[in-house]
Amino acid sequence: MRTFAAIIWRDVILGIRASGGAALSAAFFALILVLVPFGLGPGPDTLQATAPGLFWMAALLSTLLGLERVVQPDAEDGTLDLIRLSPLPLELAALAKIIAHWLTSGLILTLLAPLLAPLLNLSFHAAPVLALSLLLGTPALSAIGTAMAALGSSVQRGGMVLALLVLPLNIPFLIFGASAVASAQAGEDPGQALLLLGAASLIAMVVGTIAAAAALRIGDE
Amino acid sequence: MNIWYYANPERFAGLARTLLPWTLGLALILAAIGTVWGLLIAPPDYQQGEAMRIIYVHVPAAWMAMFVYAVMAVSSAIAFIWNHPLADVAAKASAPIGAVFTALALVTGMLWGEPMWGTWWVWDARLTSVLILFFLYIGYIVLWSAIEEPARAARAARILALVGAVNLPIIKFSVDWWNTLHQPASVFRMDGPTMAPEMLTPLLIMGLAYNLLYVAILFMRMRAEIAERRLRTIRLGLEPAAS
Repeated sequence: MRTFAAIIWRDVILGIRASGGAALSAAFFALILVLVPFGLGPGPDTLQATAPGLFWMAALLSTLLGLERVVQPDAEDGTLDLIRLSPLPLELAALAKIIAHWLTSGLILTLLAPLLAPLLNLSFHAAPVLALSLLLGTPALSAIGTAMAALGSSVQRGGMVLALLVLPLNIPFLIFGASAVASAQAGEDPGQALLLLGAASLIAMVVGTIAAAAALRIGDE
Repeated sequence: MNIWYYANPERFAGLARTLLPWTLGLALILAAIGTVWGLLIAPPDYQQGEAMRIIYVHVPAAWMAMFVYAVMAVSSAIAFIWNHPLADVAAKASAPIGAVFTALALVTGMLWGEPMWGTWWVWDARLTSVLILFFLYIGYIVLWSAIEEPARAARAARILALVGAVNLPIIKFSVDWWNTLHQPASVFRMDGPTMAPEMLTPLLIMGLAYNLLYVAILFMRMRAEIAERRLRTIRLGLEPAAS
């Protein structure tokens, strides 16, 4: 358990301090949303109609940013070998990495998104649903992302490859997340979409953790 | 015979060489029969008229898009569990074939959608999930080519193929779970096919032809892959050239 907490602690510290860490991913998230009015025009109705999907797309893209530093530096400097040698099961080590990535990406986006809601004219009562949907969905993005980062850890400068592997698998969360926010904005009950989002998220966390552990074992021969 | 008998790549390459002309020949003959039957002999649809004849190209391609991914996932599982040396080769060789079948299903679907639905593309569940399948194939191919060392690439690709297999049931049941523009299943149903037999027969012939074509191309690609690996070991000096 101490090892588990140590991995989380270390990864969070690295995520906050390293360049390209948590702050950059939050800034990127905000920047994507700021770009929208320039691309789609500042019409309040257009922005309001597109806001649920745009928030979720921005979340998908900005969680990609930190993924390259989740596994690859550890594989290069030998930390991964130490993690493999430790008595902690690799599944738990993978889970620790996923949690650490989520604390430095998904959690920040969850807190940040409601504050940015007025930028895209998202209606007031939809903002809590947006935060809730991000809270439910972003752990899955971290789980899938970490698994794919572990798979691609031997690819040099694998950022683009990583994006190609991660984004298709993240589409369900985009669909359910955005539709939850959209139905809340339309004055409907977002419960069904949130339940589906939560279910998909739970599945992804289990599959992602197991896949990440299997991927971390690859170099172990 | 067990799965280990052909674990020897040379032995398998020999088998593939023997079976290749038969599978390819049979595939071409069946495709010719299916095409003539489907396009000229089978009756036109009472609703869709002559345009529905594209079904004989579209539906088998869509079947194969899913079937090839299933083969990839199963052989990845075999590679993962038993470390069978040919399972990775089969999965890797299947990916580009599956990607082409998926692209064919998407393109013929668009050509069919235009006269029937009045649009080339709609974001409905079936179309979207097949498009995701296409990107999964692309990601799988890219992962193979991005990791230089084959053994490492193989182990990473197995995991990706297995994770991506989650999409298969979603594609299959998308037309039942959601109200989609795409029509529901009419051949592989619990209560038997709902298609008229004079249309179903050429469709199944085409399906068989596509399947045999896949097997033939798979044999070709697996032989090429085995030869390439052999070349690699020779280049690395691990095996003498004349053996």
